[in-house]
Amino acid sequence: MATEERAVASLDWRGSDGAPQRDLVIAGARVVDPREEIDAAHDVVVRGGEVAELAEPGSAEIEGAEVIDAEGLLVLPAFFDPHVHLRTPGREDEEDLETGSRAAAAGGYCGVLAMANTQPPVDTAADVAALRERAREQAAIPMGFLACVTQGMRGEELTEMAELADAGAIGFTDDGLPIRNARILRRALQYQRLVGLPIALHEEDPELSAGGSMNEGAVSALLGIGGIPSISESTMIARDAAIAAFEGARIHVQHLSAVESVAAVESAKATGVEITCEATPHHLTLTDEEVRSLDARFKMNPPLRSEADRQALIEAIRSGAIDCIATDHAPHSSDEKEVPFEQAAMGVIGLETAFPALYTKLVLPGVLELATLVRALSAGGEPFGFALPRLTPGNAANLVLVDTEAEWDAGADGWESRSQNSCFAGMRLRGRVLMTVAAGRVAYRQRSFAMGVA
Amino acid sequence: MKHLLAIEDLERADIDRIMARARSFAEVGRRDIKKVPTLRGRTIVSLFYEASTRTSSSFELAAKRLSADVVSVKSSGSAVDKGESLKDTIATLSAYSPEAIIIRHPYAGAAQLVTAWTQAAVVNAGDGKHEHPSQALLDTYTLLERLDSLEGKRIWIVGDVLHSRVARSCALCFRMMGAEVTICGPPTLIPRDAAAALGVEVSYDLDALGEADVVYALRMQHERMGESFVPSLREYASHYQIDSRRLGHRQLLMHPGPVNRGVELSSEVIDGPASLITAQVESGLVVRMALLYELMAGGEPRASEAGADAEMPAPTPIGEPA
Repeated sequence: MATEERAVASLDWRGSDGAPQRDLVIAGARVVDPREEIDAAHDVVVRGGEVAELAEPGSAEIEGAEVIDAEGLLVLPAFFDPHVHLRTPGREDEEDLETGSRAAAAGGYCGVLAMANTQPPVDTAADVAALRERAREQAAIPMGFLACVTQGMRGEELTEMAELADAGAIGFTDDGLPIRNARILRRALQYQRLVGLPIALHEEDPELSAGGSMNEGAVSALLGIGGIPSISESTMIARDAAIAAFEGARIHVQHLSAVESVAAVESAKATGVEITCEATPHHLTLTDEEVRSLDARFKMNPPLRSEADRQALIEAIRSGAIDCIATDHAPHSSDEKEVPFEQAAMGVIGLETAFPALYTKLVLPGVLELATLVRALSAGGEPFGFALPRLTPGNAANLVLVDTEAEWDAGADGWESRSQNSCFAGMRLRGRVLMTVAAGRVAYRQRSFAMGVA
Repeated sequence: MKHLLAIEDLERADIDRIMARARSFAEVGRRDIKKVPTLRGRTIVSLFYEASTRTSSSFELAAKRLSADVVSVKSSGSAVDKGESLKDTIATLSAYSPEAIIIRHPYAGAAQLVTAWTQAAVVNAGDGKHEHPSQALLDTYTLLERLDSLEGKRIWIVGDVLHSRVARSCALCFRMMGAEVTICGPPTLIPRDAAAALGVEVSYDLDALGEADVVYALRMQHERMGESFVPSLREYASHYQIDSRRLGHRQLLMHPGPVNRGVELSSEVIDGPASLITAQVESGLVVRMALLYELMAGGEPRASEAGADAEMPAPTPIGEPA
């Protein structure tokens, strides 16, 4: 098992060419880094790609640096998303590395990990190498690629995991599909001792979820739409946690949606299983009540669940039982969504709305503290061995500048993503990312904000 | 009312108005010439993505009795067979400027989706397992012809509730009319949380069926056997079939059709004096006439009519302020 931490900057992107970057002074911002117990106004000095200094407000004067007046704004550790779908190769009409990474940069992310359920799936070393090369040409922020656990995502035979690791795969997943066969998962977890990379699991018992399009409960009863019971997720988590415990392996559980799933992860953690997990902004802010609209923008897998499930996820973010927030950014073309709900593709885009949606729906009403949200949004690299973004001097500059007073209608100005299937579209949100610094370089400036400082 | 998509969208006053209108159309059916000129020159498209005998024929005849022009499109043998999307099919048919589109579709929400793509009034003739509002309205009409009111009446809906759009629409409609509704069937065919969702009582056996004023049996589909919802049709029939031993003398019997004789109903009750099954079909015609009237001739002028001028404004003479 690889234990040494990797830098975000070790991921591939077009900023990795080492060209010089002008120094930055972000003057007078409120700097919040809960891991370093920082919450105060500072001038943040970024020099040579590192956080060089957190100076007294108004005191930093750097020759030749770009100075950004950030009074009333927030500087946070940048976010890291361990779960995005960039549809490359195969469905570049829905997203490609450039548009997907632009969406991530606009959402305040300094790094993303792309899933392997492309067309064809990423299951050979050559696939990984080709994607990494493309990322070095196109990606606006550092990105990594997971490879499939099984060949062709068919769930039958393992991929050449060691060669995939050598080619630079960040981990393994058959995300989009569960690994139905417990014997195959066991073999993969045994083989992990050689390969040393985490395995991320989409947990769903396909027998229990068969025929379902939404959460099974009162709303599905009223709509007559086939239900996906919450136990289709939690029973598989329990199974896989038991296998991981038996093999002494490490697993990362993707997109928790249900109260029973939180309980399954908590009990595995309590017995010492090496298990981490994530939850999405949509599961933390919305419930299956939204599906009453029959709008396919609210269709995703796992489905939006009940209010009790949502509350359990929020509580698990607070307690740390859920390690991080991941968007499961899943672009789909409009013709896959402009169909009756049961026929529509599953998935929503989420990179550009993650912080504003969570800030508006959880922090503003006092449900979650800002520090807790920042911690969860920036922690996504940890299960995959990446160093956490930190704002203390000497660390690589991975930071985001946010205006929490800014109000906007999600999607009204269009999206950076090539797809538009957002479950927050049209919602009035508070909080907007103005600038993202990834691996020491400015990866994004919000248009109107960029004009202001030009 | 702009569209008829779901009983859930209706208010009691809407239902009362449709019932009253249907009563006035009942008289038309007793004339020698069973036709009125009400919708002359109006176009109705009937678009059925699922097999249907009684609903499609009932809507078509209702439209013809109101003198509307009807175009019927079935999914087989049409462009739908060639993979055309619902959106494109609606765009094509909307080019004929129909005043109404009647649609049946195998998936929930299809009718609602269509409203975004057409100026026409949309009638949901069944969307997946979601709702079948015209069926619930004709059933309500049928009952009101026998009972003065549904207030306080006990209605049992028996059978495969999970897969039944009729059960959902009827439960909501009967409740809105003041009835107390019980749904009854094998536990595998009753949706989770149904009591809360539909505001009904739930029973897994027929022991208390005697309390019912009305027994509404649902069609039991053979394909459910393969999915382990019930072990056998024989066991289903032995536990849930409405027969002359279970049906009391004062209890009214209904079924949306088509009936599986010997499964959900025994032959003697289908043809018995308490059976309203044929009356339901008769009601279907007048209630659907009333619905088409409500959507096409009643209420406010339609957006498509008013919009004709708005889309092509008269040119502003040069030199005058726009």
